[in-house]
Amino acid sequence: MIEHLPVLLVVLPIIGASVPLVASLYTDRIGWSIAVLTMLAYAALAGLLAQQVWPDTVVSYAVGGFALPYGIELVVDGLSLAVVLLISAITLGVLAYARHAGPHENTFYSQLLLLVTGLTGMTVTGDVFNLYVFLEITGLAAYGLVASGREASAAVAALKYLIIGTVGASLYLLGVGYALAVTGTLNMADMSGKLAAVGYDSTLVLTAFGLMVGGLSVKVALFPLHTWQPDAYANSPDSVSAFISALVSTVSAYALARLLFSVFTVDFLTAVPAARWALIVVASVSIVAGSALAVSQASVQRMLAYSSVSQFGLVIAGFAVATPIAVVGATVHLVGHAVMKGGLFAATGIIERETGTTTIGGYAGMGGRTPLAAGAFTVLALGMVGVPPAIGFVGKWYILVGAVEAELWPVVAVLLASTLLTLAYFARLGERLYFAEPTIREEGAIADGGEGSDGGERAEGSRSSSEPRSEGGDGDDGENAVSTGMLAVLVVAAVLAVALTAAVPALEQLLTETLPPLIQ
Amino acid sequence: MTADPLQLDLLTSRYNYYAVMLLLGIGLYTLIESPNLVKKVIGMNIFQTGIFLFFVTLAYRTGGNPPIVTKGGGPYASPLPHVLILTAIVVGVALTAVALALIVRIYSEYGTLDEDTLEELYYD
Repeated sequence: MIEHLPVLLVVLPIIGASVPLVASLYTDRIGWSIAVLTMLAYAALAGLLAQQVWPDTVVSYAVGGFALPYGIELVVDGLSLAVVLLISAITLGVLAYARHAGPHENTFYSQLLLLVTGLTGMTVTGDVFNLYVFLEITGLAAYGLVASGREASAAVAALKYLIIGTVGASLYLLGVGYALAVTGTLNMADMSGKLAAVGYDSTLVLTAFGLMVGGLSVKVALFPLHTWQPDAYANSPDSVSAFISALVSTVSAYALARLLFSVFTVDFLTAVPAARWALIVVASVSIVAGSALAVSQASVQRMLAYSSVSQFGLVIAGFAVATPIAVVGATVHLVGHAVMKGGLFAATGIIERETGTTTIGGYAGMGGRTPLAAGAFTVLALGMVGVPPAIGFVGKWYILVGAVEAELWPVVAVLLASTLLTLAYFARLGERLYFAEPTIREEGAIADGGEGSDGGERAEGSRSSSEPRSEGGDGDDGENAVSTGMLAVLVVAAVLAVALTAAVPALEQLLTETLPPLIQ
Repeated sequence: MTADPLQLDLLTSRYNYYAVMLLLGIGLYTLIESPNLVKKVIGMNIFQTGIFLFFVTLAYRTGGNPPIVTKGGGPYASPLPHVLILTAIVVGVALTAVALALIVRIYSEYGTLDEDTLEELYYD
């Protein structure tokens, strides 16, 4: 069994996803338990896999026993292991949050496990077409999850996401077609060698690169391909926005890195400076434009969504600089951003339940009313800005050092400016939270269309019920209450945002042991 | 791979690729330009069909037999792109189903399939 670990990681959540659907015939609220059991088993498998990979093994698995360049290969190295562990940790956190926050339907948990399947598949696959299939599984599950919100606007956001996401994935598929035409193989390692043999300046190779990277950039949500993201994050239920913001773009960015280093390799980037500069320019524009758009938002969730556009620009810039230290930095920031952004969305969910507000104006003076959520929000926001010793600092610092080493001065300038820009939108929110007079009644009236007094009452009501789960899950009142589980998840995220810094040397070792074959 | 000396030859022998480009163009144009949500999904399907045709064209070999080993000898047409596209068609069907389900829900909530009207209702 131990040699089948990589494929079990993909198969387990698929099986888990089908169980709640069958169980719906008998009972409607068993999905959560099934999802938790599946994810605990998943975490155990991921742990076993980590033991195998640590510190410098690359586990390769031929699906169905087909001889390797022809069959589908699954590969787990240091980079994919880090992402697998991240997926398992974030999903367990989201499940703990969703226990009380909902949605409670069985189908929701089926979709959630299906999303885990797609993400894991994207992470462990060593085959470019297989990556497309898992990209679409991830997409389908994510569209369904976004649409699981009660409001009709969730369906509109999901359809927008679906159409833009499908075009992105289709462009990627077209790129795979070009790569297949020029190399005749789909296996990443095999393709990498054959691309080098064909010559990196071949028009076909360049077209394949452009289409594949362009397609994945849609999924990562780099500016100007990010337009699906704010709607999708702002209109989905809070459990979903925490989950999707933490994982979907993250794993897509991982896939982009995998494509850069395992398929096209750094040699390609050096041989074709235009390709590298195109990536760097898109990433830099993404950093600046994402931050500028984030500053101008009134809704906190939309602000966080635009902040993701900016932070992923940073990650992709790190990968495009492509020195070992910059790649380590980009990976650290990838993982750190996932934890912090997931936590920030969880915090907005809790603050919304406690005070009824989702706008920046409405956050005024809320620091005192929801001390724990606001405190965690502030810690996570400072981590995102890059205040040491938070993980956001380490990631940005490494990327910066990498850019200085590579003497890419424009990138250095953008990176330094990005920290200030991040500070610009988070500082505004921090100022509102702690140093402004509460305006909740007026703001509530604007946001909810005349329900201002209701919002105020709700705040009072949920404050008294914030002791351990007073009136459990039934009724409308329970829906808006905040459970200890949700607060615990938030606190753990905030602690992790700082504590993960201690894990950076381990991650660095893991990457430098397995990355040299990638970054020659 | 070797380029034909006559451009005319290129025009007449590569007509599949023109069909691919045409389908991609029509699909993308409909997707972007049509205000009707269902037509957008149709555009998305046409766009994907263009890609499918591209892959199937890649598999073609002049004088190649169907890739069934029992009958006749090589050269065979490549079976790999066909298999890939079979998978991609399944993915496309699933996407269309989800898209149409979302559209049904949008229509029952907003009572319109028109993008511009929807935008007005959505941002209210």
